[in-house]
Amino acid sequence: MSFLTAALRNRSFMIGAILAALFVGAALVSYLWTPFDVTKLDIAHKLQTPSTEHWFGTDHFGRDIFAMIMVGARTSIAVAVVAVGIGIILGVPLGLAAAARKDSLMDEIIMRTNDLVFAFPALLIAIMITAVFGPSAINAIIAIGIFNIPVFARLTRGAALSLWTRDFVLSARVAGKNATRISVEHILPNILNLLIVQGSVQFSLGILAEAGLSYVGLGAQPPIPSWGRMLAESQTMISFAPHLAIFPGMAIVLTVLGLNLMGDGLRDLLDPRLRRART
Amino acid sequence: MKYLNIKLAMASALAITAGMANAETKDITIGMQLEPPHLDPTGAAAGAIDSVVYANIFEGLTRFDATGAILPALAESWTISDDGLVYTFSLHSGVMFHDGTSMDSEDVKFSLDRARAEDSTNAQKALFEGIDTVEALDPTTVRVTLSAPNGAFLFNMAWGDAVIVASESIDDAKTHPVGTGPFTFTNWVQGDSITISKNADYWGTPARLDGATFKFISDPTAAYAAVMAEDVDAFPNFPAPENLPQFEADSRFNVLVGSTEGETILSTNNKMPPFDNVKVREALAHAIDRQAVIDGAMFGLGTPIGTHFAPHHPDYVDLTGQSNYDPELAKSLLAEAGYPDGFETTLKLPPPPYARRGGEIIAAQLREVGINVEISNLEWAQWLEQVFRGYDFGLTIVSHTEPMDIGIYARPEYYFQYDSAAFQQLMEDLNDATDPDARSVILKSAQRMIADDYVNGYLFQLANPTVANANIVGLWLNAPTQANDLTAVYWND
Repeated sequence: MSFLTAALRNRSFMIGAILAALFVGAALVSYLWTPFDVTKLDIAHKLQTPSTEHWFGTDHFGRDIFAMIMVGARTSIAVAVVAVGIGIILGVPLGLAAAARKDSLMDEIIMRTNDLVFAFPALLIAIMITAVFGPSAINAIIAIGIFNIPVFARLTRGAALSLWTRDFVLSARVAGKNATRISVEHILPNILNLLIVQGSVQFSLGILAEAGLSYVGLGAQPPIPSWGRMLAESQTMISFAPHLAIFPGMAIVLTVLGLNLMGDGLRDLLDPRLRRART
Repeated sequence: MKYLNIKLAMASALAITAGMANAETKDITIGMQLEPPHLDPTGAAAGAIDSVVYANIFEGLTRFDATGAILPALAESWTISDDGLVYTFSLHSGVMFHDGTSMDSEDVKFSLDRARAEDSTNAQKALFEGIDTVEALDPTTVRVTLSAPNGAFLFNMAWGDAVIVASESIDDAKTHPVGTGPFTFTNWVQGDSITISKNADYWGTPARLDGATFKFISDPTAAYAAVMAEDVDAFPNFPAPENLPQFEADSRFNVLVGSTEGETILSTNNKMPPFDNVKVREALAHAIDRQAVIDGAMFGLGTPIGTHFAPHHPDYVDLTGQSNYDPELAKSLLAEAGYPDGFETTLKLPPPPYARRGGEIIAAQLREVGINVEISNLEWAQWLEQVFRGYDFGLTIVSHTEPMDIGIYARPEYYFQYDSAAFQQLMEDLNDATDPDARSVILKSAQRMIADDYVNGYLFQLANPTVANANIVGLWLNAPTQANDLTAVYWND
């Protein structure tokens, strides 16, 4: 059975992929077109309820909420993609190195440092970083990225360790390959599936973390729209203008739900053991 | 006579039964957004201290009333010598501090000498600068001699920073304030509330309440919920203007919209290029649409101002026309100043909504004329460090809530760094002038001078919205100084 047909049959993967595609699509389209300019304020038309002109209504500055959610998707994706990227680029080599020299001093140093970083929640790291460098989207990225490093390092090391005992690795060693070549040529390709699945889960956590950080004012700064800040700003108006909170809230929920469903589906599709169990 | 007695007895019997029937409420819970760092009004600038203690726990020689007028307080009366240098205060007799020690002329001498001492930590030392000597002539008479006439001396003595304290109790005032007021300090649960109780031995008209609790709620949403649930009875300076219509529509509440002494301004770093060019500052003034800021940030609450002066003051000059909204004029002024394509700068915003929301609106308006501002939202501590003490900003938005504070423009080291010899001379003239007409003329030309120099962007006078239970009587409508004066507050059952 080809991957594509399996994917089409996997319901959670399909629902998740459609939701994620909607949200990535909205972000991409926003570069070319938004129904209104999100940096233009129109105080005279503030707090309008959804209508044919403003599909999701307008906020307290008269900005179009639909357009803000489209552009806000950009902020969320950019932060999450780069943060997961940081986690993979730094975490995976660290995990591979630690696994290659199991129980060595280097292994201990890498993994205990990871434990240390892992002990701090992303929010705490973000508060520390912004206390020093001031709040911005870049600092949110760095904070979420740092939080992602130990996640990937641990996952990589655990998976790599079990592979190091396998026969094909042994034969590679006999053939004279050094630890670096074995890690890159034999270990990494075999854990790629795992990294893709974890990547999609971390991506959804990144979206959530970005929303959380901008909710407390540590993420992207105005006038760049951000879902988390839209929620925070709507808070005092929720009793008379609930659409201000409902739409960005739904955007966050659907995106995170979509990415998680997609991650679940991917795991089913890519994990060889689960695949065998299913057929 | 006998008839009168019977009538009185009947009236009091009625009063007693009425009281029993209604189980009259005698205490009040006041909501406040900021918790004071400590409770010694003579030792810090924090307005939250005065919001708890002013007129309730501590009193000065004079005091502000609800309209901002100066009334006698601990000083029963005073005489001023013809040359305006010698003030002789005659104090109320029999006034006791809450710890049972008596308040007399020695305490006044102690308080004023302490406030103006070299090592004084008083946040408003300028109030006492002109005092040459303070003498206690007899227990109820104090003579204050000034080094030069000062028309604002009685006004200065009404500030919360000038209250009378006792040498016996001042050391513990930060946690256990002891004053002469109609309420005594009872308890402080840090992070939650401060409780005060009626002073049974008060020298003047006693308070009508038995006690009061100040509850600290920093989050606007929580403040809204607390008032709606009637957990707090009154919330002066309510933090979310967008919620006021809901309170107005609810018969349980009264919404009072008064004025404050807070000139809300787009503070400009006058020493930082390109703002050292008056043309650029003038362009800035014309690029701002005040009404949009008031409508968008404050939901319509606030009076436009064109200079740094309170519109409700009799000497106010309306100069808003001089900096009317005219983006085309702003653009041509920028071109004249050598910035035809605009420039980039920073806009650092403290937490209040007038700053955070106002900042977003102003940033959008400045973008229209080509000025790109990078917004940073800062907490108060960061703002004080970077902007107020560090001069590291292009623009910021803040409300200057001290009464009659145009004098800050005479301080070149003050954070917006306006350095004008002419203005400094004007303020010296003002200090020397005691004649009300002469003072009025000087104040008016001072307002015009800073408007002509476009020192800052003048936005609006901050409103003071109070949400209170509809049965509460006697709260201040305006905020002539930061205070929650509860002496005349009562429940109308």
